Amino acid sequence: MTDAAHVHSVHFDAAAVRAQFTVLSSTENGHPLCFLDTAASAQKPGSVIDAMSAFQRSSYANVHRGLYGLAARATEAFEAAREAVRAFVNAPDARCVVFTRGATEGINLVAGTFGATLRAGDEIVLSVMEHHANIVPWQMLAAARGLKLVWLEPDAEGVVAPQALEAAMTPRTRLVALSHMSNVFGTVQPAEAYCAITRAHGAAILLDGCQAVVHQDIDVQALGCDFYVFSGHKLYGPTGIGVCIMAEAWADSLPPWQGGGEMIDRVSRDGVSFNVAPHRFEAGTPAITEAVGLSAAIDFVRTLPRAAVEAHERGLGARLLLGLRRRNSVDVYGPALEARPVVAFNLRGAHPHDVAQILDRRGVCIRAGHHCAQPLMTHLGVTATARASLGVYSSADDVDQFLDALDLAGRMLM
Amino acid sequence: MTDSRATDPISRTLDEIAEEFALLGDWEERYGHVIDLGRAMPPLEAALKTEATRVRGCASQVWLVAEPEGDVIRFRGDSDAHIVRGLVALVLRLVSGRRAGDILAFDAQAAFRRLGLDTALSPQRSNGLASMVARIRAEAQRLATPAG
Repeated sequence: MTDAAHVHSVHFDAAAVRAQFTVLSSTENGHPLCFLDTAASAQKPGSVIDAMSAFQRSSYANVHRGLYGLAARATEAFEAAREAVRAFVNAPDARCVVFTRGATEGINLVAGTFGATLRAGDEIVLSVMEHHANIVPWQMLAAARGLKLVWLEPDAEGVVAPQALEAAMTPRTRLVALSHMSNVFGTVQPAEAYCAITRAHGAAILLDGCQAVVHQDIDVQALGCDFYVFSGHKLYGPTGIGVCIMAEAWADSLPPWQGGGEMIDRVSRDGVSFNVAPHRFEAGTPAITEAVGLSAAIDFVRTLPRAAVEAHERGLGARLLLGLRRRNSVDVYGPALEARPVVAFNLRGAHPHDVAQILDRRGVCIRAGHHCAQPLMTHLGVTATARASLGVYSSADDVDQFLDALDLAGRMLM
Repeated sequence: MTDSRATDPISRTLDEIAEEFALLGDWEERYGHVIDLGRAMPPLEAALKTEATRVRGCASQVWLVAEPEGDVIRFRGDSDAHIVRGLVALVLRLVSGRRAGDILAFDAQAAFRRLGLDTALSPQRSNGLASMVARIRAEAQRLATPAG
């Protein structure tokens, strides 16, 4: 679907792209701001900020109910954002694109709708590598409906092998919930194989695309998934908006979730009939301005030469990984040789919070903690790790500044 | 400043610590000193690192044990992070072995401001420290109030 983008993948002006993120030219504690926490939330380009501001200033009204021109234009902008998302991930139809507050709400939406069709003894397969957002809703659902959770583990390369999924499938498996890219290891998962296996067993699959959508083209139809969720804020868009893509069959058959305005057809004292998808799943006034912002973020990503961006991020990922691996006092988690935009590590003998705090003094922003993935931390035998993550705006200078600061942390803490 | 020198034991110790910190230069030296203080503190034995002694609200793990000893309270603590461990050592140097009344009268926020450690620490860190100070105060309050 992004053939047009690939055709233009001749040149990527990294400095010009970086210049669109004004915060990156600021200083922190007397050092250039070195932002290596994109996997937690990305910085926003000027075009996203401007689109939201312009919409608020000149086009804002509530959507789907106004009988005046301003509301009609706001509704057009909101639905154009939905179409932008549809095209971005090649969803079959706009009704398959449900706006949510974020990926977390998207997963809870699936738990509340698809989950309502599950019966005691049914099984959900997930992995210890999932973000808490793709664990806790299933634990709550399992407790409420008497379901069984079946846990998969990643291999030494930071990948949940398709064979492990195949072995976990039983006649009672109803749902598979796995991430498309690990938020700790940064490894891309064989999602297409997961979908094929799940389909062969007659179950449904949800993919958590929060990290994957930032770094690679997504085609939900080629993947063959039932549900695909991601958030706007990691994709250079605003917080407060995310997407749950549903396969057409689910969009047309699942029960509603939250009740309220927008999602109804008729309401009387005697009962209620519900609107069709996607509005059926979007109770209340949606995040209208944020949808416009997400649309602008998608425009930003789509106008970049994706292949060149991937090469740029891969090169920086290699510089980051090799820089870490060259340091004997550093443990890197995940594959030894795969360049990736997200790398978890620890300075041996130091707590990652110590490392993050010293790096902060050098203007370097990294994440340290459990990364909302405590089962994975337990699996790795650690309580926490540090994590550096790259975005489209990251530079070789960022990586070098980070490695220098890490050496200082090593000297201070060892 | 001589005439404003404190007479109560916690404030006298704070004066000493402040003099030490005044000798330090940039943040690197201050952090280095805090880390050294942590290294010098005897670790808490593993058996005492329990859910009951763990201080909630800290970004890293912090444990605090309070033991009344005559009319004073002896505190011991630990953390799995070097910098926090140093801050724990600093706080315990101030409050351990003091009477409950002195502990309750001690303004920890002001002390850390004076040492230049309030802004040097990330807010999340400061919250962790604040949780520990709150725990120390709660212990002092509990032990100052006769049971029954």
